[in-house]
Amino acid sequence: MVTITVDGLEITVPRRTRLLQACLDNGIYIPNLCYLEGMDQPPASCRLCLVEIEGRPGPVPSCSLEVEAGMVVHTNTDEVQKLQKMAFRLLVCTNEGQCRMCMANKRCELQRIAKFLHMPLRTKRLRHLPKDLPEVIEDHPCIVYEPNKCVLCGRCVYVCAQQGNDFSLSFANRGFNTVISFFGSQNEGQGDACLDCQACVDICPVGALNLKDDRRRHLRKMAAKAKARG
Amino acid sequence: MSDRCDHDQEIDLEEQQILAAIEAALPAMPTDRHQLIPLLQHIQGTHGYLPLGGIALVARHLKMAASKVYGVATFYNQFRFNPPGRHPLKVCLGTACHVKGGEIILENFSRRLGIAEGETTKDREYSLERVACVGCCALAPVVMVGEKTESYVTPSKVEGIITEIEIQNEIAERAKEKHEPESDTQ
Repeated sequence: MVTITVDGLEITVPRRTRLLQACLDNGIYIPNLCYLEGMDQPPASCRLCLVEIEGRPGPVPSCSLEVEAGMVVHTNTDEVQKLQKMAFRLLVCTNEGQCRMCMANKRCELQRIAKFLHMPLRTKRLRHLPKDLPEVIEDHPCIVYEPNKCVLCGRCVYVCAQQGNDFSLSFANRGFNTVISFFGSQNEGQGDACLDCQACVDICPVGALNLKDDRRRHLRKMAAKAKARG
Repeated sequence: MSDRCDHDQEIDLEEQQILAAIEAALPAMPTDRHQLIPLLQHIQGTHGYLPLGGIALVARHLKMAASKVYGVATFYNQFRFNPPGRHPLKVCLGTACHVKGGEIILENFSRRLGIAEGETTKDREYSLERVACVGCCALAPVVMVGEKTESYVTPSKVEGIITEIEIQNEIAERAKEKHEPESDTQ
């Protein structure tokens, strides 16, 4: 076991625990999108879980760092918050930001982080740059993908590979046009396997991946609501 | 209409032949995962492009998920998924051409031909691409039509380039028609 200090609180966790996991387990929330428990090598790509550690020159991503005895960690210094807010701005400036119509409304990780950082979901400091991608991609027999909601955290790619399926999700294209691709899953047989698994849909933090049936039901509900409102 | 269908069938047949050729060539290739990019390069080198059906074949050969192969192939700019047209149009978007409105020229071509950048028209006549710099910045904006360089391209010139190709096609066709009866009699 290792004892570390986080924001003045002493916590004891097993050796080789990731710092982010240690904090989350002890009720200290650090915003994060791309990390999942049990990851061998967290991608550390969302850059939201930065923390400051005494004795280190700059903030470090806590998801890829293992705890060390006597570590003194600060999760809410000005510099950390500044970096987290900037990373968040960069994420949401390409995002659709139409929460009311979204299926993930109220259980969206972006909303949670926004609340935590006291940030709006539509940032004014950066120009809003919607991606030039189709609104929905319906290649897959039972899953719909909405690239404009996707934050490319890669959780779905990870869990899909974890299932050990012959087929797995992956990133496709490059840069601004990056999407999650279902290539090779268009055949009907795959639909059943995915319907049984749904790991990617369950893990998506922002509601970019949904089951086709669920989405259809949701759209019908929204249309009925809009009609009732006049 | 039936003419069009014949055309489509011909293209389907061609693609099937390419896929069959890839399938026949694969067993002789290494099955190591690290050979993925050389393998894709080999296919593109032989056939001019990577047919999407070929990606599934490569994936099976290397025992990888097809989506992973697709992810790698779409990441690199060098891979194309549409066959080159008979008249490849390369719109330069280097710094000078960009400043002089190369983007507008690309948009003009794409609207005129009804295809996006990286695609090929249905009749395989034109393919549209963007290139970084063709090395004649003084003539910006520049478009390469096959081997020919078109300089100072304007939206009206876009129309002119396409019309010129169409006229030349027509001349070639007429010459062929004139020729054919003769060859029949011989």
